[in-house]
Amino acid sequence: MIWFSLLVLLPLAAVVAAASQGGWSGYWSALQNDQTWAAVRLTVTQAVLVTLVNIVLGTVIAWVLVRDRFWGKSVLDVIIDVPFALPTIVAGLVLLSLYGQNSPIGIEWANTERAVTLALAFVTLPFIVRTVQPVLEELDTDVEEAAASLGASRATIFRRIILPSLAPAIAAGAALSFARAISEYGSLVLLSGNRPFETEVVSVRVLTFIENGSNTSAAVVASVMLAVALFVIVALDLVQRRVARRW
Amino acid sequence: MVRTSLPTRWLLRVLAVAYVFFLVAWPVGLLVRRTFEGGFANLADALADPQVTGALNLTLVVAFYAVVINLVFGVTIAVLLVRYEFPGKRVLSALIDLPLSVSPVVVGLALLLVYNGRDGFLGSALEENGVQVIFSSPGMIMATCFVALPLIIREVVPVLHEIGDDQEQAARSLGANARQTFWRITLPSIKWAVVYGVVLSLARSIGEFGAVKIVSGNITGRTQTATLVVEAKYQNFQQPEAYAVSFLLVMVSVACLVAVAILRPQREQ
Repeated sequence: MIWFSLLVLLPLAAVVAAASQGGWSGYWSALQNDQTWAAVRLTVTQAVLVTLVNIVLGTVIAWVLVRDRFWGKSVLDVIIDVPFALPTIVAGLVLLSLYGQNSPIGIEWANTERAVTLALAFVTLPFIVRTVQPVLEELDTDVEEAAASLGASRATIFRRIILPSLAPAIAAGAALSFARAISEYGSLVLLSGNRPFETEVVSVRVLTFIENGSNTSAAVVASVMLAVALFVIVALDLVQRRVARRW
Repeated sequence: MVRTSLPTRWLLRVLAVAYVFFLVAWPVGLLVRRTFEGGFANLADALADPQVTGALNLTLVVAFYAVVINLVFGVTIAVLLVRYEFPGKRVLSALIDLPLSVSPVVVGLALLLVYNGRDGFLGSALEENGVQVIFSSPGMIMATCFVALPLIIREVVPVLHEIGDDQEQAARSLGANARQTFWRITLPSIKWAVVYGVVLSLARSIGEFGAVKIVSGNITGRTQTATLVVEAKYQNFQQPEAYAVSFLLVMVSVACLVAVAILRPQREQ
């Protein structure tokens, strides 16, 4: 308990304390800084975008992994976990080798907004796949067959039967991937170039504040990120308990 | 089972494979190719560089301590969460997940605020007693512990729930004390979950970047870990060495993935 307090609770409390040092007015003025605001906007838009991409493609990949059968499927299954295990800085370097200078396919996205999207998509890839996959595996195909025998089309079956049972898992995965996308740092360092107003995300902004010695401003922005993280955890807990009740 | 029509199935299959291929498989493959562009020269160069070997050493030391500390406290907290009732248990269990969704930069800042030597809440007192936390290894170990904290706990908690406490109660009633019960009954049954959690946190500890960057101060040759070396080398236009170190890190994470894949079936038995 003491270790946990020293390691997690006390430092996080210190962030909030440092953030409130300037009072409300200080808090707002730190947030209203143009550059910070641009970073927040970029991060949130990109995180939402990537989460939407993940909702669609993550569900597709999970479906393919569970219901489809083809040569090399187990390889695909292992590759999904790679972004989890890869150090984030290496993730950035790896993406840079295909989408940066001297790209073998002639795409150069480094230092643009696309690079941010790409990096976030890379690190959040496993979340929805791994939350949806087990639910899809457990899903009984009897109901689908019954629906089909009663004349439902494939699209209707998907919309009315499969999708509702996957929804909580998709929501949980989406929350995780959104939280991760908001807080990502390592993979963006090399890839995005961190150009103010263009490719600078919130985490990088916090780091710049720290390096300039303005810990209070850093703490203000950090406390907002902390609040988002807490919010996601509470939301996840609620979703999971609703699902648990339904079973 | 309702068959999906052939075109749809192919469409979904191609979509999934293409997405993963362009996003993960090809980039990682390219990294490996660039590492071995001149045979083993890049790798040999990197391993002959004292900056790189020092960083690799430091990474191993930090990851080792972080994993050991997390192992002890992770198992303790997991047992606490499952077997005992106390006020604030739900809050604690929610807070455990916090390191997973909080930014590593925020983690670094939080530790910096409390433990820095100048005006830190605990840092100045520790500094007077000769313990430097920030910009040296204790801080880096703490940062690594913080980010890898939930991994062991989240593996062990469901298993503890599942096995129930019948056997433990039987052991108690036969006169075993708490320690004997833990070593003889609880630990063997959660063994695989613990190993699994250790592998995951090892991968996470070795790969940590953001939090360690802030806490360590990134001092070349002294507090630079392998991930920080990758960044430094790349920005110094020593790309071949950056690729080589990255390749080593990729190998470690792939090894961890393989270990996990082998362990998973054993746990299900």
